Amino acid sequence: MLTRWIEPASTQRKDVGNCQAQGWMRGFLRDGEEIIVKFSLALRKVLPTGSALPMNYSTATKEITVREALNSALDEEMSADPKVFLMGEEVGEYQGAYKISKGLLEKYGPDRVLDTPITEAGFAGIGVGAAYYGLRPVVEFMTFNFSLQAIDHIINSAAKSNYMSAGQISVPIVFRGPNGAAAGVGAQHSQCFAAWYAHVPGLKVLTPYSAEDARGLLKAAIRDPDPVVFLENELLYGESFPVSAEVLDSSFCLPIGKAKIEREGKHVTITAYSKMVGYALQESLFSKHKSIFLLNHIKAAEILSKEGISAEVINLRSIRPLDRATINASVRKTNRLVTVEEGFPQHGVGAEIGMSVVEESFEYLDAPVERIAGADVPMPYAANLERMAVPQVDNIVHAAKRACYRSVPLAATA
Amino acid sequence: MAAVRRLSAVPIRRCHPLFLLRSFSSAGSEPTITVETSVPFTGHKIDPPSRSVETTPSELLSFFREMSLMRRMEIAADSLYKSKLIRGFCHLYDGQEAVAIGLETSITKKDAIITAYRDHCIYLARGGTLVEAFSELMGRRAGCSKGKGGSMHFYKKDSGFFGGHGIVGAQVPLGCGLAFAQKYLKEGTVTFSLYGDGAANQGQLFEALNISALWDLPAILVCENNHYGMGTAEWRAAKSPAYYKRGDYVPGLKVDGMDVLAVKQAAKFAKEYALKNGPMILEMDTYRYHGHSMSDPGSTYRTRDEISGVRQERDPIERVRKLIFSHELATASELKDIEKEVRKEVDDAIAEAKESPMPDPSELFTNVFVKGFGVESFGADRKEVKAILP
Repeated sequence: MLTRWIEPASTQRKDVGNCQAQGWMRGFLRDGEEIIVKFSLALRKVLPTGSALPMNYSTATKEITVREALNSALDEEMSADPKVFLMGEEVGEYQGAYKISKGLLEKYGPDRVLDTPITEAGFAGIGVGAAYYGLRPVVEFMTFNFSLQAIDHIINSAAKSNYMSAGQISVPIVFRGPNGAAAGVGAQHSQCFAAWYAHVPGLKVLTPYSAEDARGLLKAAIRDPDPVVFLENELLYGESFPVSAEVLDSSFCLPIGKAKIEREGKHVTITAYSKMVGYALQESLFSKHKSIFLLNHIKAAEILSKEGISAEVINLRSIRPLDRATINASVRKTNRLVTVEEGFPQHGVGAEIGMSVVEESFEYLDAPVERIAGADVPMPYAANLERMAVPQVDNIVHAAKRACYRSVPLAATA
Repeated sequence: MAAVRRLSAVPIRRCHPLFLLRSFSSAGSEPTITVETSVPFTGHKIDPPSRSVETTPSELLSFFREMSLMRRMEIAADSLYKSKLIRGFCHLYDGQEAVAIGLETSITKKDAIITAYRDHCIYLARGGTLVEAFSELMGRRAGCSKGKGGSMHFYKKDSGFFGGHGIVGAQVPLGCGLAFAQKYLKEGTVTFSLYGDGAANQGQLFEALNISALWDLPAILVCENNHYGMGTAEWRAAKSPAYYKRGDYVPGLKVDGMDVLAVKQAAKFAKEYALKNGPMILEMDTYRYHGHSMSDPGSTYRTRDEISGVRQERDPIERVRKLIFSHELATASELKDIEKEVRKEVDDAIAEAKESPMPDPSELFTNVFVKGFGVESFGADRKEVKAILP
C-alpha cells in the first residue's frame, strides 16, 4: 500500500515573483523501499513561449476574466432572446453574489432578472415550470451545494420530462452556479456535484475552465433545448484568459459534448475539468493577474515535460455527454491515462472515464489507469488539511509518473 | 327556478365530450337554470362568491355524460389492472369527477392545469381521448406518452395539460412556474395546480406560494382534499386541516368538491381573482371511492360505511342526475341510454387500445434529449446494445 506524507516547506500563498518553494515527499513503494524525493519547484513569472502555447489562442488580442465571460454571455443571450430570464438569490440588486450578473438588472429590468427568496426548492420548481411552458430560464444556485434542496426538480421534474412525455414536454432550462471547493469554506460548501448530475440521463452537465469555455458553453447551454447543469468554479471567476475576436463575437458558441485538447502530448493523457485543467497544464501565458495561488501555476504538464514526459491534457468541458471518442483516441495514442477531478473519488468522473477506456481501448493501455481526486473525506477547514483534501499539482505529476512507470527517478534524464 | 321544456328531442350524441362546446353564453337558444350549491362557500381573507350558479340544460347533460365517462373509465382501469394489463401504479379518481369537470367548464385550453399522479380524468377533461388513456395505461404505442410514461405521466401540452407528476407536491412549484410564464408572456391566462391533502403539508408548496404572492402570479392552488393522504387521514397529517386557510396571507375558498356547479363557480371566481390579484387557494372537499392506488384496498384506514355513505349522500353524478330529473331535462331511460353509450365507448376504446402494439425497442433511446448531438447511449450490456441519440 502506497502512503504519502507531504510536508510542504512553505505555504502556498506567496507573491508573484521569482521565488522557490520546496516540498519533499516520502513515498513508500510496495516492497517497502523508502524513497525520499525532493522536488524543487521553481516559481517563475509566466512568459510567452511559442512551443508551449495552448492551442487556439493564435490571434489573442484581449484578456477577459471568467466572470466577464459569463456576464457577457448572459447579457448577449438575454438580448438575443426575450424568453431568456435569470432567477436566483441576489442576482439582481446585489449584482450577483459573485458579481456574475452585474449590470443585468439595470439593463433588463426586474421582470427578467429576478431576486428570489432563499427557497431553492420553490424557485427551481418555478423555473422548471416556466421552462415547461416555453420560457428559457437561467436558474442560479449560489453554490451547487444548495442545489440539493432543489435536486428533485432538477432530476425528476427537468431531466426526465422529455422522456416521460415522449417529447411533448421539453425543458430548456440552465441551472448554473459555482461548484466544488472554494477556499476555507468547509464541508457543507465545498462539494463537487459533477458526478451526481452526470449520472442522470436527460441532463447535460458542462464544466467550463477558461473564459472561452465560459462564454461558449454558457451560450450553448442557454440555447440548448434540454436541461443543462452548468458547473462553474468560484476560484476561476477572477482568472484572466486570452480570448480571440471570434470568442468575443456574440454568435460564438461551443459544441456541447466535445472535449478540448488543451495541450498535445505523446506519453500520457491527463483528463481534467474546471479548475483542475489549470493544474494540469500551463495557465494563461499572458496573465498578469496576481493570484495568491501561485504555487498552482506550476502546472503538471510543464513539470513533466522537464522530466521528459510529454503529457496530453484534455479539458473535458462536458461531463455529460462525455467525449469518450476524444479521450479514447488520446489514450490510444499515449497508452497511459491519468484522470483528475476535484470531487470525491468513489463513483466519480474518473471512475467513468477509466471504465470507458478499459471498455474501448484496453489493448492500448500500457499501464493501469491512474485516478487523482479529492480526498475521500468531507472538506476540512484547517488550511493544511484542506490542502490535502484537494488535488495538488504534484499529485498529478506523481500519478503521471506512475502511469509512465517513472515513479523512481532515473539516473539519467530521458 | 324556471320550468323547462323536456329536451327529449335533443340528440344526446351531441354531448360527446370531444365535440362539446362550452359556449353556454349563447343562451339565446337555451334557457338558463339557476341552481344553489349544496353548501355555501367559505372564504379565508376573501368574500366568497354567491352560491347561486347559472347553468343550462345542455351543460347539465354534458356534466352527466362526461362524469359518467370518467367514472366508467376508472372502473374499467380497475379491471384492467386486476387482469395485469396495467402494471405498476394506478391511482383512480372515481368520486372526484366533479372537480375535473367543474374546473374545465370555467376555463379555456389556454389556461394551464398541472396535477399529481391521479391524472386520468383531468387528462380526459383537457381533451385527451379514451384510446390514448388506455393505451398509455397498458404501455402501448398509441398512448399519450407513447407508452413511455405510464399512469402518472399523461400530458397534453397543446391543451394546457402539463401532467401528471409522480413526486408528491412537486407539481405545485411547477404550476406556479407555468403561471409565471403566462404572466411573463402577458397571456391573460391562469394555471391551476392541483394537489392533495397529503401534499398540502409540503414545504415547497409554501415556498412557491410565497414567491407567487410576491410576484402576483396568476396561480390558483387547488387542494383536492379527499381526506386521506394515502392511508393517513387528514387530521393525522395536518395540525391544521383547513387547507383553504393554510395560505395564510393568500386568500382561500372552501368548496364542495362533489358539487360540479360549486366547482364551476369557484373556478370562475378564482380565475378572475388570480388575473387581477395573484394567487389564491381553492380547497375542494371531495372523496375517492377507491383506495390510494390499486394496491390499496382502501379499507384499512376507513370504514366501508363511510365510503358507502358518501356514495349515497354526495356522489357527484347522482347529484347531477337529480338536478336533471328535477328540471325535467331527460327521463331516467334517456340517462340510462347515455350510461350504456358511455360504457360502450369505454369498451370500444379498450378494445382499440389493446390492438395497439408495444413501443418499438428503439424507443428505449428516444426523447432522452431534444438534441442529442449524436451522443452514445447504452443498454444494460453496452457491448451489445448501443444507440446514437439524435
